[in-house]
Amino acid sequence: MMGIAKRQFDAVVVGAGGSGLRAALQLSEANLKVAVLSKVFPTRSHTVAAQGGVSASLGNEEPDNWHWHMYDTVKGSDYLGDQDAIEYMCRKAPEVVVELEHYGMPFDRLDNGKIYQRPFGGHTSNYGERAVKRACAAADRTGHAMLHTLYQRNVRAHTQFFVEWMALDLIRNSQGDVLGVIALEMETGEVMMFQAKSTLLATGGAGRIYSASTNAFINTGDGLGMAARAGIPLEDMEFWQFHPTGVAGAGVLITEGVRGEGGFLLNKNGERFMERYAPTVKDLASRDVVSRAMATEIKEGRGAGKDGEFILLKLDHLGADVIDKRLPGIREIAKKFANVDPVKDPIPVVPTCHYQMGGIPTNVQGQVLAANALGKEVIVKGLYAAGECACVSVHGANRLGTNSLLDLLVFGKSAGEQVVKDIAADVASLPDLPSDYADKTMARLARLDSSKDGESVNEVGSEMRRTMQLHCGVFRFPDGLADGVEKMLKVGERVKSTFIKDKSKVFNTARIEAIELDNLVEVAMATMISAHARTESRGAHDRSDHPDRDDVNWMKHTLWFKENNRLEYKPVQLKPMTVESFEPKARVY
Amino acid sequence: MLDGRQNDRIRWNCRRGLLELDIILGNFLARHLDHLDQEQMELFKELLAYEDNDLLDMVMERAEPVNSQLSAVLEMMRVS
Repeated sequence: MMGIAKRQFDAVVVGAGGSGLRAALQLSEANLKVAVLSKVFPTRSHTVAAQGGVSASLGNEEPDNWHWHMYDTVKGSDYLGDQDAIEYMCRKAPEVVVELEHYGMPFDRLDNGKIYQRPFGGHTSNYGERAVKRACAAADRTGHAMLHTLYQRNVRAHTQFFVEWMALDLIRNSQGDVLGVIALEMETGEVMMFQAKSTLLATGGAGRIYSASTNAFINTGDGLGMAARAGIPLEDMEFWQFHPTGVAGAGVLITEGVRGEGGFLLNKNGERFMERYAPTVKDLASRDVVSRAMATEIKEGRGAGKDGEFILLKLDHLGADVIDKRLPGIREIAKKFANVDPVKDPIPVVPTCHYQMGGIPTNVQGQVLAANALGKEVIVKGLYAAGECACVSVHGANRLGTNSLLDLLVFGKSAGEQVVKDIAADVASLPDLPSDYADKTMARLARLDSSKDGESVNEVGSEMRRTMQLHCGVFRFPDGLADGVEKMLKVGERVKSTFIKDKSKVFNTARIEAIELDNLVEVAMATMISAHARTESRGAHDRSDHPDRDDVNWMKHTLWFKENNRLEYKPVQLKPMTVESFEPKARVY
Repeated sequence: MLDGRQNDRIRWNCRRGLLELDIILGNFLARHLDHLDQEQMELFKELLAYEDNDLLDMVMERAEPVNSQLSAVLEMMRVS
C-alpha cells in the first residue's frame, strides 16, 4: 500500500458541536496537542438548533435540587437510564452551567443578576409534585450561544481546528486499542492519518436515517458508523424521540404552541381524531400519545394527501389576528416549507424524528465500552465518546427537554478530564500502527473512485429512509418490523456497491455523500434489528403487539454488533452512586 | 464565471446546522447556482458567511440585512 500522510497529536476530537468543543477545551487547557476535525465550521454544527435551554438545579427562582432533577430524568427515561450516570449528570449540572457562565455565555438573567430559569416539560419539584423552573436559556438561541462561547474559548486555548475534514475510520491494533482516525480533507480529497494517544468521538446524532427528520443534513452518524465498522457495539438504538408536528416532506418543526393556542389535528375525513384517543386533553396529550395516534390514522388509511401520508393541522379558525399575535413566525414557516397559509388552509404534518437516545456505549468518564473475546465488557483503550453519539446512558428510552445540552456539557467535560488523566498516566510514545491499518478505508475509497456502474447513492438513501419511516417509525407493528428487517438487509447489500459519476478529488460532494450513506446505513440497521428484537413498549419504542413495559424481561440495554447483526444485552444500572434507587413505576404525568 | 469545483465548495458551504437553511439553500442552489452573475455570486457568498440563525432571520424577514444590497439575493432565496 502507498504510504499516506501522517500527523501526530495527543488527542484527536471528531466533531465540533457542543460536546466536541467542550471536550477539546478541557484538553487544550491542559496544554495537550489537540486536533478537532469537523465537516462544517464549528458554529454551524447542529447544536445551533437547540433553542429551549440547558437544565440545572440552580434554584435561582425557587427551591430545587439535583435529587429532583435525577428523579425526573430516571422517570423520563422510562427506567432504562443508568441511575449512576443520571446521578452524576444531575449533580454536575450546576457546576458546568456556572462554568459556562464564567466563559461568557450570555444567559438570560433575573433582576438580581442570577441566571433566569424557566419551566420545561417533565421537570418538576419534589419528585413530580409540580413544574419547576430549571431551564437556563439565552433567549431562543441557547445552542447557538453555547457554540460561540465554547468556540471562542477554544481559540483562546489554541485548539487546532481542521474544518471541512471528514473522519472515515477508526484505527485499532490487534489488542483492540484505538490509535487514531483516518480522515479526508474535502478541499483536496487527500487522506491523512491522525495518529493520537486518545480519540474522542463527538459526531452527534444520525436523525437523517428517517425521511421525516428535524435534523440538519450533516447529522449522518459518522462516529457511529466508524465505531460499528471497528467492531464496537451500538447501544439502545431502537430509541428515537419523535416530535408530533414536523412539516410533511420537509421536517421543519411546528411548535407545540400551535395546539396550545387551540389548533387541532384532522384526518382526511375532517375528523378531529384526537377526541377518540385522548377524550379529555385531546390534541394537548403528551408528544408520544399524539404521535402514536397520528401514526395509527395514517396506517389505517385515514391520512390526508395523495398517498394518505400526512395529517392536517388546522388553525384557520383562530383567525389571522390571533395567529399573528400569539404564534409569530408560524405563518412564514408554513408558507415557506408547506406552501400553505395557515390562516386559510391546514398545515400538513407528520410525526418527525428528532433525537437519538442510543449510541456508542460509554461510562460517565466517556470511555467507550466494548466486549472482549470472552464477551466481558471492557474499556476500549484510547477511545472516548460524548454527546448525542454516545450512550452513557442518561436518556434511556426517552429524553427530557433541556437534558441534551446538559449531557454534552457534563460528559464533554468528563471525557476531556479522563483523556487528560489517561495521557498523564501513560507517557509512552504513540504505539506503532499496524502495517495494514489503512487498507480497508483505502479499499472503500478506491471502489468509489474506480467503479464504472452501481447503485445510486440517492436511491439507496431514499430506500433506507422510506423503510425506516414506514417500518420503524413512531409506532411499530410486528409485521412491519419483520418486513423492515428484510428490506434493511437488502439496503445493507446495495450500499456496498454505490456508484458516483464524479471521480474528481477536489470538493467532491458526491463522494462525501456516498461515505455518509455508509454511516447512515449502519445506524439504520442497528435501529431496525434492535427494535425488531425488543418485544415490549418502553419510552419511545412503541409496539402494537406488546403495548406494555416489561420490566421482568426487558429492563436491559440492547447492544448491536455489525458483525452478523448480533445482539447482546446488558443490565440497566439501577443503583445510583450515593442515593437510594428509584424503583420502576408506571410513567404517568 | 467560476469553475465547477468552486461551485462544489459553495454547495458544501450550504450544509448548515439548521434544517431550515439546508432546505432553503438547497432550493436556491438547484434553481440559481448555475445562473448567478458575478455580483450576485459575491453577495451570495457574503450571505453564506453569516451565522445560521442570523441568516435564517434575514431570509424569514425577522431581521434586516446590514448591507441593503443583500436584499435582492435574499428575495431570490425566499421564492426559491
